[in-house]
Amino acid sequence: MDYSAKVMDHFTNPRNMGSIENSDGIGEVGNAKCGDIMKIFLKIEADRIADVKFQTFGCGAAIASSSMATELIKGKTLEEAWRLSNKAVAEALDGLPPIKMHCSMLAEEAIHEAINDYLKKKGLEPWTE
Amino acid sequence: MTVENTAIYMDNSATTPVRKEVAEELIPYLIENFGNPSSIYDLGKTSKDAVENARKKVASAIGAEENEIFFTSGGTESDNWAIKGIAFANRNKGKHIITSSIEHHAVLHTCEWLEGQGFEVTYLPVDKYGMVSPEDLKNAIQDDTILISIMLANNEIGTIQPVEEIGKIARENRVYFHTDAVQAIGHVPIDVQKMNIDLLSLSGHKFQGPKGCGALYIRKGTKIETLLHGGAQERKRRAGTENVPAIAGLGKAIELATSEIEESNKTLLALRERLIKGLLKIPKTHLNGHPTQRLANNVNVTFEYIEGESLLLLLNAKGIYASTGSACNSSSLEPSHVLTACGVPHEIVHGSLRLSLGKMNTEKDVDRVLAILPEIVQKLRNMSPLTPKENRTL
Repeated sequence: MDYSAKVMDHFTNPRNMGSIENSDGIGEVGNAKCGDIMKIFLKIEADRIADVKFQTFGCGAAIASSSMATELIKGKTLEEAWRLSNKAVAEALDGLPPIKMHCSMLAEEAIHEAINDYLKKKGLEPWTE
Repeated sequence: MTVENTAIYMDNSATTPVRKEVAEELIPYLIENFGNPSSIYDLGKTSKDAVENARKKVASAIGAEENEIFFTSGGTESDNWAIKGIAFANRNKGKHIITSSIEHHAVLHTCEWLEGQGFEVTYLPVDKYGMVSPEDLKNAIQDDTILISIMLANNEIGTIQPVEEIGKIARENRVYFHTDAVQAIGHVPIDVQKMNIDLLSLSGHKFQGPKGCGALYIRKGTKIETLLHGGAQERKRRAGTENVPAIAGLGKAIELATSEIEESNKTLLALRERLIKGLLKIPKTHLNGHPTQRLANNVNVTFEYIEGESLLLLLNAKGIYASTGSACNSSSLEPSHVLTACGVPHEIVHGSLRLSLGKMNTEKDVDRVLAILPEIVQKLRNMSPLTPKENRTL
């Protein structure tokens, strides 16, 4: 597989891997049938992402995308995290092979799910865009 | 470089290195004996002799006659020629073809293409070990069946089909029988007479010959169309200047591989069993394929909760070269059609690993793989949201 050095770095030494007990929001996307599942745990303090962890079942690109995405949103406001695009994740990884772009998409979706999970728990309207 | 740092190649079903004896055999035909076998002068005759000498060796390796062996560009061409050639030459007799659901794509996609050309194809199911049932085959034969194409041994899981029985059924029903023996050569003794095989595909690079060269055995009297039209090579049945060096190498390689079957299988079998035994000690690990009716060099396991590509990448980082049944590296993301046909649940089908052994592998290699793999599997399981608590260390 033609992965950049950055993808390989995040794949072999993933950042923020694990789970958060009593997290404020959880997002899980993908399914085992397709071979990719991404789960994001958020700890939120004063509308900021105080901590984030991930668990991923999937290929090298999926794991690297999770690692990079969590790095990119850590410490950011919810709104900034929401605006993280899959393209930004892929770019931060110095690119992904075209057939692996959907992995960065999963990261974006998992973050959206986790943020909305938090909003729902707070009794707030989930965001749509 | 110390031994510890040497890479371990366990992907011999993908390809094998050319043996020294084979390289020595073929090199003169690249340099000094470069003549075209169709030329009438002595230099051409030297090349022609090399091709015919190789043909003898291939014929003798499978119990065929020399004039029943045709050199091709490899397994894919041989499969295409056999299936399309039989289909189009016998279409007035019938349009029904029987194959199995675990064939190599060179067979499956050829059959699918033929469906678009008005042929009808039955894809036989397999049991959980990847075995075709002769009873199912008998029941699938129709009045208009013209070809049965069932592989000798599977490339992913190594399951060896009851080819002799299949051949007998084909013969009794007067249907042509083609077998893709690409993975079997050098591992399973083959006799096309005893096994009633009418067409057989083989590929040089799977048994330490060069890449890009294979052969198709066509039983004398078989009605088959030509695939490649052009010059009069291969008795006017396969046009194109012969790949003389590769053919010479293939001849040498098949001679060595088939004469050493017994000895090599004994060594490989011991390594295979050691590897399987060690792998199954990893919790939530399952063996794919048949426990005994399998190629001596094939190991295929599924690790629950993890995905194959990430496993291969981590193995690669440790200098272990292997492959997976998972097609995550293709654009389709479809899991292995072989494992799916064997009924491996789709939740775990992505976590499969194929380790295919070869001449270079030693007991030490097996032990090193067994020392490294559990850590890698655990690392990925700790990362996976599917892993239950009891299978986590983090």
